[in-house]
Amino acid sequence: MSVKVSMKVNGKQVSGEIEPRTLLVTYLRENLRLTGTHVGCDTAQCGACTVLMNGKAVKSCSIVAMQAEGADIQTIEGVASADGTLHPMQAAFKEHHGLQCGFCTPGMVMNALDFAARNPNPTEQQVREALEGNLCRCTGYHNIVKSIVAGAKAMAAAK
Amino acid sequence: MNAPLIGARLPRKEDYRFLTGGGQYTDDVILPNQSYAAFVRSPHAHARIKSVKTDKARQAPGVLAVYTGEDVAAAKLGGLPCGWLITDVNGQPMKEPPYPVLAQGKVRFAGERVAMVVAETQAQARDAAELVEVDYEPLPAVVDGEKALAKGAPQLHDIAPNNTCYVWAIGDKAAVDAAFAKAAHVTRLEFVNNRLIPNAMEPRAVNGSYSRADDSYTLYVANQNPHVERLLMTAFVMGLPEHKVRVVAPDVGGGFGSKIYLYAEDVMVTWASRQIGRPVKWTAERAESYLSDAHGRDHRTVAELALDKDGKFLAMRVKTVANVGAYLSTFASCVPTILYATLLAGQYTTPLIHCEVTAVFTNTSPVDAYRGAGRPEATYVVERLVETAAREMKIDPAEIRRRNFIRQFPYQTPVALQYDTGNYEATLDAAMKMADVAGFKKRKEEAQKRGKLRGLGYACYIEACGIAPSAVAGSLGARAGLFEAGEIRVHPTGSVTVFTGSHSHGQGHETTFAQVVADRLGISADAVDVVHGDTSRIPFGMGTYGSRSLAVGGTAIMKALDKVIAKGKKIAAHLLEASEADVEYDRGVFKVAGTDRQKSFAEVAFAAYVPHNYPHDKLEPGLNENAFYDPTNFTFPAGSYVCEVEVDPETGKVSIERWVAVDDFGKVINPMIVEGQVHGGLAQGIGQALTENCRYDETGQLVTGSFMDYAIPRADDLPAFDVDTRETPCTHNPLGVKGCGEAGAIGSPPALINAITDALGVRDIPMPATPQVVWQTLQQNRKAA
Repeated sequence: MSVKVSMKVNGKQVSGEIEPRTLLVTYLRENLRLTGTHVGCDTAQCGACTVLMNGKAVKSCSIVAMQAEGADIQTIEGVASADGTLHPMQAAFKEHHGLQCGFCTPGMVMNALDFAARNPNPTEQQVREALEGNLCRCTGYHNIVKSIVAGAKAMAAAK
Repeated sequence: MNAPLIGARLPRKEDYRFLTGGGQYTDDVILPNQSYAAFVRSPHAHARIKSVKTDKARQAPGVLAVYTGEDVAAAKLGGLPCGWLITDVNGQPMKEPPYPVLAQGKVRFAGERVAMVVAETQAQARDAAELVEVDYEPLPAVVDGEKALAKGAPQLHDIAPNNTCYVWAIGDKAAVDAAFAKAAHVTRLEFVNNRLIPNAMEPRAVNGSYSRADDSYTLYVANQNPHVERLLMTAFVMGLPEHKVRVVAPDVGGGFGSKIYLYAEDVMVTWASRQIGRPVKWTAERAESYLSDAHGRDHRTVAELALDKDGKFLAMRVKTVANVGAYLSTFASCVPTILYATLLAGQYTTPLIHCEVTAVFTNTSPVDAYRGAGRPEATYVVERLVETAAREMKIDPAEIRRRNFIRQFPYQTPVALQYDTGNYEATLDAAMKMADVAGFKKRKEEAQKRGKLRGLGYACYIEACGIAPSAVAGSLGARAGLFEAGEIRVHPTGSVTVFTGSHSHGQGHETTFAQVVADRLGISADAVDVVHGDTSRIPFGMGTYGSRSLAVGGTAIMKALDKVIAKGKKIAAHLLEASEADVEYDRGVFKVAGTDRQKSFAEVAFAAYVPHNYPHDKLEPGLNENAFYDPTNFTFPAGSYVCEVEVDPETGKVSIERWVAVDDFGKVINPMIVEGQVHGGLAQGIGQALTENCRYDETGQLVTGSFMDYAIPRADDLPAFDVDTRETPCTHNPLGVKGCGEAGAIGSPPALINAITDALGVRDIPMPATPQVVWQTLQQNRKAA
């Protein structure tokens, strides 16, 4: 049994036929071949699957694609400008060495975008608490926190 | 000429693809005609397999094949090999029970692979796997190492009586016992180095394919050492011609040791891809990672330190039971022996050391190297003994260490290793200053007014990495060499591709290796591309683990650069019509000594590939050199960590108020990357000491089987870290580097436990010191008081 689903992903209208149980992350990775969104766990803990749904950070492993019907989805592939210039948050991660293996990074950046939009000048503690839903095994979070503090400020300055 | 790149905080070249979703991890690879595998795993820790019925599974939608242990036996697939032969105290080889890729008649740990289903989609494979019917006859299980050694314990392997893999020892027991008998003071501790689960964020994945057209295989696998993976799989398990197999470890999302090993899944998908005639991909679900990735640590130890009346260490005596799990994983045997006991001298002049290790099989997941691999276990022994002895003898913990520091190098320890160089006092002084140890007393009093308990803990660690001299490793039982390979390909237009046998799965080698090469050739780091992870592009490599990449891989690259520059000098001499002896080279410029006549690296490169004006009688065209480097010794990073905690006695919550780490990694190529490695190591070591614990119940069920039950640290569990470095350059490699990838995980657990015990005023506390454990300890202490 399959169902039809359609939504906007990174500004482009997409649609497909999928099994009802297909998770949003699976639809993105396998149907749309947007493999930047990652699957890191099976208990909705790690956050590597985070995307923006209608501007809010959402764990795409925790919703089925049908729940995103008609939604506006942004994945990590849609963050940089069309000409490839990094978004200020991405640039901040690069400048402050906020990534090592890169696997948790898309989820970190997507969550950071939502958080920074609402917190233009966060403290380190606020960032640490906001990362409750994102696990990293490589960095010890030290530079991720620095990156998000800097990225939030850069985003606010660019407004 | 560019600004020097050695020591530069160059932002990473690899970041762009990771930040924009362009990384290519193994699960991202979808091959034409892709099929998917799912494994049927034993729910029992110990059981006989009476039958495996696959008809329902075979008939499920989309299923292409179902394989069981019978198929594996009929195909004569070998078992997984162990790469290190340990010789026991009686000169006998360790027990090496067969480790089949699919269970043969018996399962020995919950999670062991019993069957594999291949189907058109991942979901169909997983659905069909649930239809495989296995009739088990459960057997009693044993999960605890000491219980497995006891009389009457369930026996896992016929060839290993009392579940003993080996009993190994190092040191002069009689001399050590004699020293203890005469000691003014003896400190004794008994503790567990708790079992951990590596949990790299990328679950393991492997995609095997076979091409009938040219009788060749390609394997994409999340792995730290593709050439080793290929060698083990082709020569020791599958009987395939090595040159017909290509292994690609593309972007890999963390390893920490767990992705070194040849796993059953790797063999099965490769083999199945030929049987079915389609590529077969398997990606672990996190729960599978918990069950089937190699675990780490799991030692039970009794340790004693003998001191004289002034706190000088006279001798150390250690007895450890190491749980290796149900089967021997690839490097399991050397972790609790060669990589452990040889570090028991620590930074100190302790003249006599004896260590006995019993490695035991239990019905748990196989245990192997995990970040630090033996050295965290050793450092925990040493630094907990030292700090506890200091408290018992009422000597300041920093002072007791100063009284025992090694100050003359090279230093031959009583446990085989010879340290080349170091300055332990320098890192301790720096750490104490950064940690404002002088102000601690005041902070403690202030905290007390708020009803909180503050504590300070030290750890002065040393470790041995940059593995390893092959002959030494071989004499200790290694079945492989531990050299490294590097190739420098200079292109006609003067840019360079570096092929390295090292692998990068977060360490930033694409940047640091480019820095090394670009600096030496006087070109931009952007003009250097570093290739790793593909056996068909790289001559050979032993891979990345044991903090060896820059020390061994980097040196291989330096030696290849030596050859490039030597050839470049010959070309330059010809172009400059000078004698070779008169040509000097300095970072991209070939100059005739005492003149201003020179040629650039780019001009020499071009001449090598357009050899019109060229010494053809003496020299081949081209500029492409490779080198293999076998290290002459291990390297010995060392450092001092100071940790300050504040404990809330009402909740047992430990807050890390300050963490100072001063490490000596020798020369630092990119401080930003080195700091990142230390941060990550600290997080894992703090995880071990504070939040992580892999637990099995009595029946062998993995109780901590997901991120819900096994707490890897989150951002708000950890502080910001104060890290710094001091340099005593390694004396035996041209870069002067020691390696930095594991140090953080090695020195941190004892520093944290030393701080917590100081805060609570107790002698010892188990790891992890969760709020519940801390609170209970406080209650017990109050009762006792």
